[in-house]
Amino acid sequence: MALVRNMKKYWVFYVMMLPGAAFLILNNYIPMLGVLIAFKSVNYEIGMLKSPWVGLDNFQYLFKTTDAWIITRNTILYNAAFIVLNLVVPVAFAIFLNEMRNKFFAKVHQTILFLPYFLSMVVVSYLVYGFLHDTHGFVNTTVMKSFGLEPVQWYFQKEVWPYLLPLVNTWKNVGYYAVIYLAAVIGFDDEYYEAATIDGASKWQQIKSITIPLLVPMMIIMTLLQIGRIFYADFGLFFQVPRESGPLFPVTNVIDTYVYRTFIALGDVGLSSAAGLYQSICGFILVFVSNWVVRRIDKDKALF
Amino acid sequence: MEAVKRRSGPNPFNGVSPVANSLINIFFTIYSLCCILPLVLIVMVSLSNEQDILTMGYSFIPNRIDLTAYEFLLEDWRQILRSYGVTFFVTVVGTLISLIVMSLYAYPISRTDFPQRKFFTFFIFFTMLFNGGLVPWYLVYVQMLELRNNIWALILPLIVSAFFVLIIRTFFQQTIPSAVLESAKIDGAGELRIFFQIVMPLSLPVLATVALFSTLNYWNDWFLSLVFITDDKTLSIQYLMYKTLLNIQFMASNSNAVAAISAAGGVVSYPNETVRMAMAIVGIGPIVFAYPFFQKYFVKGLTVGAVKG
Repeated sequence: MALVRNMKKYWVFYVMMLPGAAFLILNNYIPMLGVLIAFKSVNYEIGMLKSPWVGLDNFQYLFKTTDAWIITRNTILYNAAFIVLNLVVPVAFAIFLNEMRNKFFAKVHQTILFLPYFLSMVVVSYLVYGFLHDTHGFVNTTVMKSFGLEPVQWYFQKEVWPYLLPLVNTWKNVGYYAVIYLAAVIGFDDEYYEAATIDGASKWQQIKSITIPLLVPMMIIMTLLQIGRIFYADFGLFFQVPRESGPLFPVTNVIDTYVYRTFIALGDVGLSSAAGLYQSICGFILVFVSNWVVRRIDKDKALF
Repeated sequence: MEAVKRRSGPNPFNGVSPVANSLINIFFTIYSLCCILPLVLIVMVSLSNEQDILTMGYSFIPNRIDLTAYEFLLEDWRQILRSYGVTFFVTVVGTLISLIVMSLYAYPISRTDFPQRKFFTFFIFFTMLFNGGLVPWYLVYVQMLELRNNIWALILPLIVSAFFVLIIRTFFQQTIPSAVLESAKIDGAGELRIFFQIVMPLSLPVLATVALFSTLNYWNDWFLSLVFITDDKTLSIQYLMYKTLLNIQFMASNSNAVAAISAAGGVVSYPNETVRMAMAIVGIGPIVFAYPFFQKYFVKGLTVGAVKG
């Protein structure tokens, strides 16, 4: 009865939410039910619903392959490297930008280092290609030559990519994170610094004992939020930048690219959806754990 | 941006030493060059002579400036114009629908007097925690909605972002005084009228920010094309760039210029390397010119409202 009265009073609200709710059901909730595909042996001829249940077969098959271990390792290690770099480099950049005496230069630099953030991964892969192409790339034709070194087939050289990908990722994202940290640094009360100057603290001492300690809570929260997403890789980075070069797969294949390739390229619905569900569940657990930690530090910063 | 300007420092003597200051300046000058030079390389290659590239490789200083690559692309303006058309349509229509749908959802869950507020907040928040993965999501669009090779497949999936909805909701809660809503109601305004005539105009800052993010997402998207587009009619500019990088023959085989010359009995060698990079420049152009404007509002937007579920 209460619900009917409620509907009558707030019907406009329900109408307003209708398009959004319909979208969420289609784009999110039906696929959530769809994870059940991972427990089926899909046969398109008889349809999704009638396809037979196979229990955990797809998962057993997935974890028997070496791929499962490789993609999990790659996803977590790369993301761990990204998290560290996205913490250290932007914080340093923010502090230095803030200390620049010429504010106009600081502004120009800030604008320029934000540029890569606005480029799509397709564009980034062009830029990397311009440097690394084996016969024309700038590195092989100019840099290696001037050092008298033999050209290297970069897209076949899997040893360099574990360094290259974090480099590209940092290059692309440092502007974004630096701006966030810079906004915080600028907001700190000038009185701390005035008092420190009177006490004779040098600028470096001030950075060490005032700026960084004040930034720590924010650094912790930004880091924990990224840890919550450690099972999700940046598909664009791992798909576009190595240009799907087969010999690089051992060091560039992550869960997201694996799910895409097994599904779209190989058409293996069972294996792909099993890997997808594995990712969703691990991701779900990690979001909860990291959020629980964030809550204990700062209730307002927690997601829920 | 604004942020940098504001603090000129209360005490001019409390700064880094001149030496440290110059070191910082030198460092950032080098770093800024690192951000720009990769783009410069692409521009230079696109302006080079194909023969020079084949003998000397990509170089920052072309031996001679040669516009052949752009001439070839100009001959094929149809494909490029078409792709720009697709991207432009997807971006404008997508951003508009997205803004409307998201703010319509955000408003009721911002109203404390709405009893189902908590349920509907959780309903959208949960989508940030768990997702069904690529396969079932793909099947919804391709099998249920049958949107393969349909331009709406490039628009629909990005319409609602739970994160943005929560940002808009927080903004509504914090900025629209409930007294204003109360008095509007007493004056007899309906909820829809309150929403469109009071709430929306008061929320322009957050709506602008979300619109910018959304525009960037649509403009830079190639993933939806990769997954849903298999024919050549609905190629967005990003996807066209992707295909060109993957296989330059894609441009060459669709080239009007090549077709015309061979029809006339001539033999033509398609300048693969330079056309590829010219294609990239044609695709990158707008974003490089728009981004200084964008980033200014981005910086403002990053500080808009905290998000809580």
